[in-house]
Amino acid sequence: MTDTIFAPATAAGRAAVAVVRLSGPGTAAAVRALAGRLPAARRASLRRLTAGEVALDDALVLWFPGPGSYTGEDAAEFHVHGGAAVVSALLGALSGLGLRLAEPGEFTRRAFENGKLDLAQAEGVADLVDAETEAQRRQALAQLGGRLSQAQARWRDDLIQALGLFEAAVDFPDEDLPADVARRARPILERLLGELAAAAVDAERGERVREGFRVALIGAPNAGKSTLLNALAGRDAAIVTATPGTTRDIIEVPLMLGGYKVILADTAGIRATDDEIEAEGVRRAEAWANAADFRIWLVDGYGEERPPIPAPIRMGDLILLTKRDLGEGHPGLPGSPFTARSPNDVAWVEDVLTQAVVEALSAADTPTATRLRHRDLLLEAAERLSHALAEPDAVELAAEDVRLAARALDRITGRIDPEQVLGRIFSTFCIGK
Amino acid sequence: MTWDVIIIGGGHAGCEAAAASARFGARTLLLTHKIETLGEMSCNPAIGGLGKGHLVREIDALDGLMGRLADKSGIQFRMLNRSKGAAVRGPRSQIDRRLYREAMQAELAATPNLTIRAEAVEDLMIEDGRVTGVIGATGQAYPAGRVVLTTGTFLKGVILRGDERIPAGRVGDPPAIGLADRLYASGLTMGRLKTGTPARLDGSTIAWDRLESQAADDEPVPFSFLTEKIETRQIRCGITYTTAETHRIIAERLSESAVYGGRATGIGPRYCPSIEDKVVRFADKTSHQIFLEPEGLDDDTVYPNGISTSVSEETQDLFLRTIPGLENVVVRRYGYAIEYDYVDPRELYPTLEAKLLPGLYLAGQINGTTGYEEAGAQGLVAGLNAARAAAGAEPAAFARDEAYIGVMIDDLVTRGVTEPYRMFTSRAEFRLTLRADNADQRLTAKGIALGVVGAARAAAFGAKATALAAARAEAAALTLTPAAAAKLGLPVKADGQRRDLTELLAYPTISFDDLAAIWPQIAAWPPAVREQVEIDAGYAGYLDRQAADVAAFRRDEDLGLSPTLDYGSVGGLSNEVRQKLNSIRPLTLGQAARIEGVTPGALTALLAHVRRRAA
Repeated sequence: MTDTIFAPATAAGRAAVAVVRLSGPGTAAAVRALAGRLPAARRASLRRLTAGEVALDDALVLWFPGPGSYTGEDAAEFHVHGGAAVVSALLGALSGLGLRLAEPGEFTRRAFENGKLDLAQAEGVADLVDAETEAQRRQALAQLGGRLSQAQARWRDDLIQALGLFEAAVDFPDEDLPADVARRARPILERLLGELAAAAVDAERGERVREGFRVALIGAPNAGKSTLLNALAGRDAAIVTATPGTTRDIIEVPLMLGGYKVILADTAGIRATDDEIEAEGVRRAEAWANAADFRIWLVDGYGEERPPIPAPIRMGDLILLTKRDLGEGHPGLPGSPFTARSPNDVAWVEDVLTQAVVEALSAADTPTATRLRHRDLLLEAAERLSHALAEPDAVELAAEDVRLAARALDRITGRIDPEQVLGRIFSTFCIGK
Repeated sequence: MTWDVIIIGGGHAGCEAAAASARFGARTLLLTHKIETLGEMSCNPAIGGLGKGHLVREIDALDGLMGRLADKSGIQFRMLNRSKGAAVRGPRSQIDRRLYREAMQAELAATPNLTIRAEAVEDLMIEDGRVTGVIGATGQAYPAGRVVLTTGTFLKGVILRGDERIPAGRVGDPPAIGLADRLYASGLTMGRLKTGTPARLDGSTIAWDRLESQAADDEPVPFSFLTEKIETRQIRCGITYTTAETHRIIAERLSESAVYGGRATGIGPRYCPSIEDKVVRFADKTSHQIFLEPEGLDDDTVYPNGISTSVSEETQDLFLRTIPGLENVVVRRYGYAIEYDYVDPRELYPTLEAKLLPGLYLAGQINGTTGYEEAGAQGLVAGLNAARAAAGAEPAAFARDEAYIGVMIDDLVTRGVTEPYRMFTSRAEFRLTLRADNADQRLTAKGIALGVVGAARAAAFGAKATALAAARAEAAALTLTPAAAAKLGLPVKADGQRRDLTELLAYPTISFDDLAAIWPQIAAWPPAVREQVEIDAGYAGYLDRQAADVAAFRRDEDLGLSPTLDYGSVGGLSNEVRQKLNSIRPLTLGQAARIEGVTPGALTALLAHVRRRAA
């Protein structure tokens, strides 16, 4: 039998309320053991929790009989006072009843295994739990609500329609079908190819919303990168957790701008060096800067020496001539005079950045696909469709390509059944000579 | 005496089952109520087609009868989809019904180990829940190791035409009652299906000279790998069309139809609708094509393919005469619909043995299929498995990656049917690999190992396999650099890659003859060998990819599940899934995955359970 699992659903630490969840066939027995009789399904009941003779807490108890629960199994929640001792006593009591502490993600995995969520929706749950910004929240909620699953269902329907046309031409050559039956799949596939390609591009946007819009600060050592970083971060302390995995060479600071997550990186000073370790740092910094969505060059424009013009510059890069408060500028340098000491200047940079983020990530719709995993599968499907369109005369090969495209899409959520293809043929054409 | 295997029923399933069992060496008894109707084609006089032709080639590769007999009796051979790729070409032929029947009876009469007796079967003998023989209509007991039941539409078969309701199997055959009661009492799940047939026409009353016609192929391609050449005279079929007047008459008298009059409840095939269905469901179509198929060289009965019907005789006469060429037609036998019960094939293991009645195998229309080819293929599998089981040998299994037979049986026992099941190439996910042209290479060696292939076929197969292997080795050794190819006028990508014959042939611009001009020795390859090398080349990239898919398929297919697995002890399964697994009892993880409603999550749970057990 499946075992019964439990875990705190709220973060550890002192709080008003903590929630502990249970799921599995032993849930009802565990609730009875701790809270007496089983509460009415899906109704909050106030109960005294006791383990043997020992009172644990007064708690709200919720009972969700399967399959109408999150996991699809019998499940329950205890809402207890959020003290560490209360929670640990309750967890200990559950353990004593023979229940097992859940592994990370195990509740959602059970929901997936029981068909309550598909894979894309399960990813939505994970993203929603991780959401820090408004855009992330909207996007994750859309995915949990089945936005990607629905788009995929639509695409599958197009694929079934196209396959139906190909297979009609293959399996019913003696029937009185339109002569161009296989060619009728063409406009469907062309339109679908466009949609998949667009969704793949959109998936990059989705990935940016999830992971953060990447802004690189580039410039020679002492050009003022760290000062700008601290100034921007200081104004916007909303996100303070540092992203794990930062190297010594690149300091990444997450910010929230215009409702989007932005990762601001202070790349190591870019300069020629003989030091091997430093050279490696420069290489990484360059790689980060190349992959960035937006780049700010910092050039000391007011020092004694005339600085070199930054290169290579990309369309849309912002160049700041820093330390404008320190002296006379060199004439003819490209860029905007700037000093981190002026709150107005910093606010202006923040505005420019916000605009860039909003422009790149906002659109009428939240992205349908949100992960590189999705993008790769979408691109694979699109490639197969291009093949199918390139084989107008070999129907069986075109059909094979469409099947492979369907398989790639299926890996996002479900699968196409040959019976659906036949069903489409029989409802569209009069077969039966 | 005790028979090893008894076959009940002498239709296409029964004949192949009897022959397969006998080829394996089992002492086999075929019981049929009429020896004269062995091999009868009771519906349309044709064999093969897309998917169906593939099945015939596979039956033939396993040394079955259908392909060879059709080659002796085929009167209009056509390779369907001739202009398309090899994977979707399907051999088909009109058949002279009498020639086929006679060939079948002669073949069975000459089959060693096979005894045929004309006797209806009244009941099964059952001991300790196992089927141990049959009781004949005369009361005689026939003990047997295994029994194969191939009785077609005999379960509650009812013929419907207008107001008429005639209990029957086929026209003129009485339905079997005692045996049916035994099956109903055994707890097998049953369903109800329906099919229909058109009127048979007197060919001498058809105005052939005013009709279009369709000829046979100039060079008929035989079904059987053993047939050198088709000797039978080839004929043409007529083509005509229903008219607006035909449709008006049918629409007006729709209530006469068994289905539209509410007298039929069974589900009919979507791919073979009655003319009533066509008029109703495709009302915007003003005309439907009809093929006028002669039933034999010296039989002028005509089968009008495309207008099966169950309206009254009077209405049939009326609407037939609105069809060009049929203005004065005389009907020899009127069309009708037939409803019948079938056994839900999910009651069967892939050997076609009934889970609830060990020792009993079911094949053909009783399993919810339609078509001679589908029936014959099941008969072969059931007969072979019955014979092997009687001898204590391992079951013979055919998987989806090796044969259309495997696709069909897996579909039946895993998914069940919702309409009479017919084979289509679109059902085969490995279609590019499972071709009609390579059925022998896929199956004959396996058939030899399973003991169902006779010596003559084995020798012929061995010779072809040797020639093919030699040609493939030769093809791999004949190579050109891009520069050498360019010098010979063959444009290939100038990438410095040396290409062998197959790789060169993969270029649409390079033909076999181009290469034979460079390497004259390949011109001597036998045509069948040359064809294989050409097909290998044409599908090269796709076949490699499909081979990878087959490998992935194999991972799940090779993971066996016990038929006695306790699904109650598998965690993480919903009740619905658990119930399905419990009733179907899949034998592999792959089969479990194909059961309707089994989610990827459920599979993960099942896999985890199996792994834990194995660990």
